[in-house]
Amino acid sequence: MDSKLTGSSRRLPRRLAQGAAALSMLAMSIFASTASAEVNTTGLAVTDTEVVVGQLHSATGTMAISETGSIQAERLAIEQINASGGILGRQIKVIQEDGASDWPTFAEKAKKLLERDKVAAVFGCWTSASRKAVLPIFERENGLLYYPTFYEGLEQSKNVVYTGQEATQQILAGLDWVAKEKGAKTFYLLGSDYIWPRTSMKIARKHIENVLGGKVVGEEYYPLGNTQFGSLTNKIKLRKPDVIFAAVVGGSNVAFYKQLKAAGITADKQTLLTLSVTEDELLGIGGENMAGFYASMKYFQSLDNPNNAEFVKAFKAKYGSDAVIGDVTQAAYLGPWLWKAAVEKAGSFDVDKVVAASAGLELDTAPEGYVKVHENQHLWSKTRIGQVQADGQFSVVYESDLIEPNPFPKGYQ
Amino acid sequence: MNSTLDKFFGGKQGGIGLLVLAALILVVFPLALDSFRLNMVGKYLTYAFVAVGLVLCWGYGGILSLGQGIFFGLGGYCMAMFLKLEASDPESTKIQSTPGIPDFMDWNQITELPLFWQPFQSFGFTLLAVVAVPAILALVIGMAMFKRRVGDVYFSIVTQAIAAILTILIIGQQGLTGGVNGITDLKTLLGWDIRTDEAKIILYFVNAALLLGCILIGRFILASKLGRLLMAMRDKEERVRFSGYDVASFKIFVFCVAASFSAIGGAMFTLQVGFMSPSFVGIVPSIEMVIFAAVGGRMSLLGAVYGALLVNYGKTVFSESFPELWLYFMGGLFIAVVMYFPNGLAGLWHSHASKWLARLRLPSRRQPPAAAAQPAEQPPASGAGTIDAVPAKQLESTP
Repeated sequence: MDSKLTGSSRRLPRRLAQGAAALSMLAMSIFASTASAEVNTTGLAVTDTEVVVGQLHSATGTMAISETGSIQAERLAIEQINASGGILGRQIKVIQEDGASDWPTFAEKAKKLLERDKVAAVFGCWTSASRKAVLPIFERENGLLYYPTFYEGLEQSKNVVYTGQEATQQILAGLDWVAKEKGAKTFYLLGSDYIWPRTSMKIARKHIENVLGGKVVGEEYYPLGNTQFGSLTNKIKLRKPDVIFAAVVGGSNVAFYKQLKAAGITADKQTLLTLSVTEDELLGIGGENMAGFYASMKYFQSLDNPNNAEFVKAFKAKYGSDAVIGDVTQAAYLGPWLWKAAVEKAGSFDVDKVVAASAGLELDTAPEGYVKVHENQHLWSKTRIGQVQADGQFSVVYESDLIEPNPFPKGYQ
Repeated sequence: MNSTLDKFFGGKQGGIGLLVLAALILVVFPLALDSFRLNMVGKYLTYAFVAVGLVLCWGYGGILSLGQGIFFGLGGYCMAMFLKLEASDPESTKIQSTPGIPDFMDWNQITELPLFWQPFQSFGFTLLAVVAVPAILALVIGMAMFKRRVGDVYFSIVTQAIAAILTILIIGQQGLTGGVNGITDLKTLLGWDIRTDEAKIILYFVNAALLLGCILIGRFILASKLGRLLMAMRDKEERVRFSGYDVASFKIFVFCVAASFSAIGGAMFTLQVGFMSPSFVGIVPSIEMVIFAAVGGRMSLLGAVYGALLVNYGKTVFSESFPELWLYFMGGLFIAVVMYFPNGLAGLWHSHASKWLARLRLPSRRQPPAAAAQPAEQPPASGAGTIDAVPAKQLESTP
């Protein structure tokens, strides 16, 4: 509002403009400055016309390939919010920092954003390790982080809003589906060797053994970046599991699926359900190398609803028609919108008030459909099963009901 | 008396250089920087410990270790284990299935504290372990390598391999080590909150004092007969051996000293940054640490500190201003240093600035003593006669 007033006044003849500017300045100082003091009692970087937020992802290093989608989606959301009038009449200004795929750098940059730049919110992080590195800083400085990645759960900080799914949301519905639809009884669990796959498989094993009455015939972890899956393909052939349940991440995926295909383990003979392949990874793997396999996610680019159609169109208009949108990219896109909704509900940028306003917040414009913020700051969301198509997209074959986020699942620890 | 002091401070010139550095990190930085930037400088200075160690073992001893991250990491992990145990009291971990153990152990279905963690409940033991564990590992590596006369590039490759092995070990044993996440969320040291601004400032000064102490120890070693032997070994190892010296023992000693310095840096890093992760142990950080020493000048203990400060400052500034391009700037900086200033900042100082300063000083020498006293207070002019300068000249003469 105020920025429009001063902006248009510049076009008036000079003397008139001066008078108008003086008047509007006066108006601003009376009206808006009290407003600024009102919406920001904790010294955040909020002026009458602008609010500063931080963006903290890896623009360089091994994680850049994964995090670029999130950077783009958050930028898109912020631009759209600015175009529609900003938040509480203020335009969002972004300070982008590079975590460089290096956890200590994430910590350093998080500190900079919160202590120096006094940003009102940070959209960022991707890996669990980077989140763990910045978490103590957010808690101490009372910052607010919107974290987009599906992750292992076992965490609930009041300073973080988790816009991706926690492990039980992603895993249980997927396992139930393969058990029911494919009659799966035996499972081969495998993943990259770090906390997320390990925790996910722990939950999966409990669910398979205690709820589904199935059997785990193998459980293996490979170092991050591993490209040798030869012995694995032999073991799979030997033990013939009904389902391979995979959480292999990053570059390893490419080698993994190519070697499975080379060993003749393809979708016509073997069911495979993965937690870690989105459209982004498919670009690298090649749709033809894993066509027919399934992924369990809350979002696929091919989701058929008006919100998503609009989102995909805007994303492609900005980043090119070849751009693909994965689960995390969509979750990252939700961040700024959820923050906007919470700030407007709270009528304040203060972190405590925004956090308090977040619980119970509903968003029905999300590309994934309706989402709702739980009291534990995770999202209620649906889980979908997508089948890989040769063109690098997924076709959605199953959609669950809205699932409650439960980062500390009883009986699964 | 005087000669002992000289040994420590490297003569008058060396003493002045040290005073300038001490003034810079003890007075100028704390006054000029806010607590955020000061904490950052404190972090950079922890890398300077590694660089100082590298000057000793690489610059003077000719032992190029590409695995100093091992020792930095071990020192850091020892400290982190103590802090993590303190942060994991049963009260604050009651949400876990097994309260009282570190959170990542609980996530990995570990139900009691592993044996090797238990001594780290004692602060005294931790302080000892910070220095002793890396030093013992360095001793073992040194014994295995130098006694068998494995040296040069083979040694560098082996240290690199050990760095890679240790990273894999830490990441693989996540129930015991925190895996790729590292040991995070460290809060207090003996009940003292290390996350507050005051704590950061105190830790900064402790860090700075320890660093200056390490430099003094380094100077003492270099000024002693041992230092001269190291240089002799670097330049003509066979000759020293045939003179009846046990070359391997000297190498092991200096390698252990460098390891201990790195470990102190690592422990201070953990205290100031609040976590430790395997990303400091691997090959890439280890090579980065060599670059700090190379940029500073591998023959200069003080240069190493400036090198660590400059490179890390560059990293921070470039990445803040150009989040997507900064790596290229860093690459350009390293290429420029290697191509144009092979002896690093210290070399640049000796070949250019000091001559220029000497020229400035020459006329003033003829002035009455009262006026001459002033320029003599200047930073080390030619560096002639100091430990830092002699080898730099030797380096130029060696092919």
